[in-house]
Amino acid sequence: MLRYAEGMNEILKNSLRSGPDGRGRFGEFGGRFVAETLMPLILELETAYEAAKADPSFQAEIDYYLKHYVGRPSALWFAERLTRHLGGAKIYFKRDELNHTGAHKINNCIGQILLARRMGKTRIIAETGAGQHGVATATVCALFGLPCTIYMGAVDVERQKPNVFRMKLLGAEIVPVKSGAGTLKDAMNDAMRDWVANVQDTFYIIGTAAGPHPYPAMVRDFQCVIGEETKWQLQEAEGRLPDICIAAIGGGSNAIGLFHPFLDDASVRLIGVEAAGHGLDSGEHAASLSRGRPGVLHGNRTYLLQNEDGQILEAHSISAGLDYPGIGPEHSWLHDIGRVEYVSITDDEALTAFQLCTRTEGIIPALEPAHALAYVMKLAPTLPVDKIIVMNLCGRGDKDIFTVAEHLGFKL
Amino acid sequence: MSRIAGVFENLRSQGRAALIPFVEAFDPDRDTSLALLTGMAANGADIIEIGVPFTDPMADGPIIQAAGRRALNAGASLRGVLGIVREFRHGNDKTPLVLMGYLNPILSYGVAAFAHDAAQAGVDGLIVVDLPTEEADLLLPEAAAHGLDFIRLIAPTTSDERLPKVLAGSSGFVYYVSITGITGTRTASAEDLARDIPRIRRATDLPIAVGFGVRTPEQAATVAKYADAAIVASVLIEKLTNTNIATVLADVAALASGIHHATKAAA
Ligand SMILES: Cc1ncc(COP(=O)(O)O)c(C=O)c1O
Repeated sequence: MLRYAEGMNEILKNSLRSGPDGRGRFGEFGGRFVAETLMPLILELETAYEAAKADPSFQAEIDYYLKHYVGRPSALWFAERLTRHLGGAKIYFKRDELNHTGAHKINNCIGQILLARRMGKTRIIAETGAGQHGVATATVCALFGLPCTIYMGAVDVERQKPNVFRMKLLGAEIVPVKSGAGTLKDAMNDAMRDWVANVQDTFYIIGTAAGPHPYPAMVRDFQCVIGEETKWQLQEAEGRLPDICIAAIGGGSNAIGLFHPFLDDASVRLIGVEAAGHGLDSGEHAASLSRGRPGVLHGNRTYLLQNEDGQILEAHSISAGLDYPGIGPEHSWLHDIGRVEYVSITDDEALTAFQLCTRTEGIIPALEPAHALAYVMKLAPTLPVDKIIVMNLCGRGDKDIFTVAEHLGFKL
Repeated sequence: MSRIAGVFENLRSQGRAALIPFVEAFDPDRDTSLALLTGMAANGADIIEIGVPFTDPMADGPIIQAAGRRALNAGASLRGVLGIVREFRHGNDKTPLVLMGYLNPILSYGVAAFAHDAAQAGVDGLIVVDLPTEEADLLLPEAAAHGLDFIRLIAPTTSDERLPKVLAGSSGFVYYVSITGITGTRTASAEDLARDIPRIRRATDLPIAVGFGVRTPEQAATVAKYADAAIVASVLIEKLTNTNIATVLADVAALASGIHHATKAAA
């Protein structure tokens, strides 16, 4: 680990927010591991994104849609009953589940589709796990009148039926992916294959802070609105920084969006929650940082679940959005330098948290943030009442009611 | 001189192009792969490309994806692939073997150990699909240190300005991915090749092989007209799945004959 820390001295001295470097790397992670056919496209995307970032009208456009279409800023809610119930630290929810389409995914989609339009692309593709990113992509495609193809694992098509239908209503073409385990990883493979075959007109809207550079940085930038709002909202409510920020990790986009604006605030503890599925030692989980090791998949070098031969393992989580054997490269770096703590929560713990949130706060959370909440349930009671925790409630649970009903023994 | 350079020099003096058939290692089992390698070398293969199975072959179409799955189910591993190469070399010291695959199994093996073991086993060249020139420093020095040819992919999307950058440090031959797409889907036309190959020739003295979508002896002959080698993969895998080793080898012989009878386009 020391190796990374030494290598990062340059950045540590100044800011933890200055990555990635010119090669798209956060320490040893990230990069651009794609076939030559895609490489010129990736470079073109990087140039286009840099130009857009430097153009104030691009940010103004994003701000316009975030405010009037997505409904930002999202509320920062003091979860008073939950706080009392747990009897410890004060708990706030960053309510990105109130966004149009019901999750944080749309923050990123607005940014990327505006960039796609600037680049003159006429066709959109995306991968989706829980279907939230697929719905958000199909939504912005409807808004801007662009044709859209969504790749989704066949297993996920089954367990996220409401979202599949929403995407169809929005006019998207859904391609169920049967290769591998039929989940998010396989959907991403097929989306990349589509992209290679349609490089001229197609823009690939990746749904999480992973993939080849510039995606991890770009998606992070588009999601940072979560942490930036949290900062001023908590300043307004409490006159200070939070003590702890907690978020669930699939590929890591909602988490990096919340964490990044706090990276240089040394007093703020940052905790990412991976999915432990049936348990870290069950072999059926999605905890790439806890149980994986560095490797290359989907265009970036990062922690991956893999066997001793470097073959990628199937992940497992009750939550389709966390069911991924990798993680965004910036998280791998933040893990290795120790700035962010990464913990894990099982399917059962998430289900318990899901129900508690529903009953005490009247909010049905998605199963993804239910993982974050389950960790809040463990941590808050151990802390004094003057501590403040902010948890990213990054999605609503409508899409999960069938899954939850099944686990609780209800027939809908 | 490397085995690969030797083959191309020899073919140049004969005025013909090379046939490079593809074998997905361990599809459907180890013995079949060994029989295919030996048989292909005896039926007109000038060089053989060995696919190293990977769970997530992002540049491959359904046929090679399925082959990779069968291979992994049969217990394929990078170490196992090197074992096949070693055994093949007991009876054949002449036909160059090129490994084609993805980066992660190599990283997992350890880059230095892999380059050492691959060279020892009798591998001649490497094609790593998801290692573009921007990241090549991960593997290139070790490959070079062990005398392994580092074969680069060039795509229709690779611009003239980018060509020298991509070709830097490459050796053996250049692999022209003749379509924008995944393996086993589209086929480049004679007009495409007449337009694209001279563009690459201007940037390199290395032999140029054309792959992705070459299926028939006629198509192989068309490739041979413009380029220095034709790589044939998906159609052979398909044949193996539906028939048997003997039919695949008959196809290889037919492809070789297609190439032998091709006439070179005027340069
Ligand atoms: C509500 C919700 N939260 C979290 C995730 C996980 O993604 P990420 O880690 O990129 O935020 C998803 C993904 O589908 C999601 O829908």
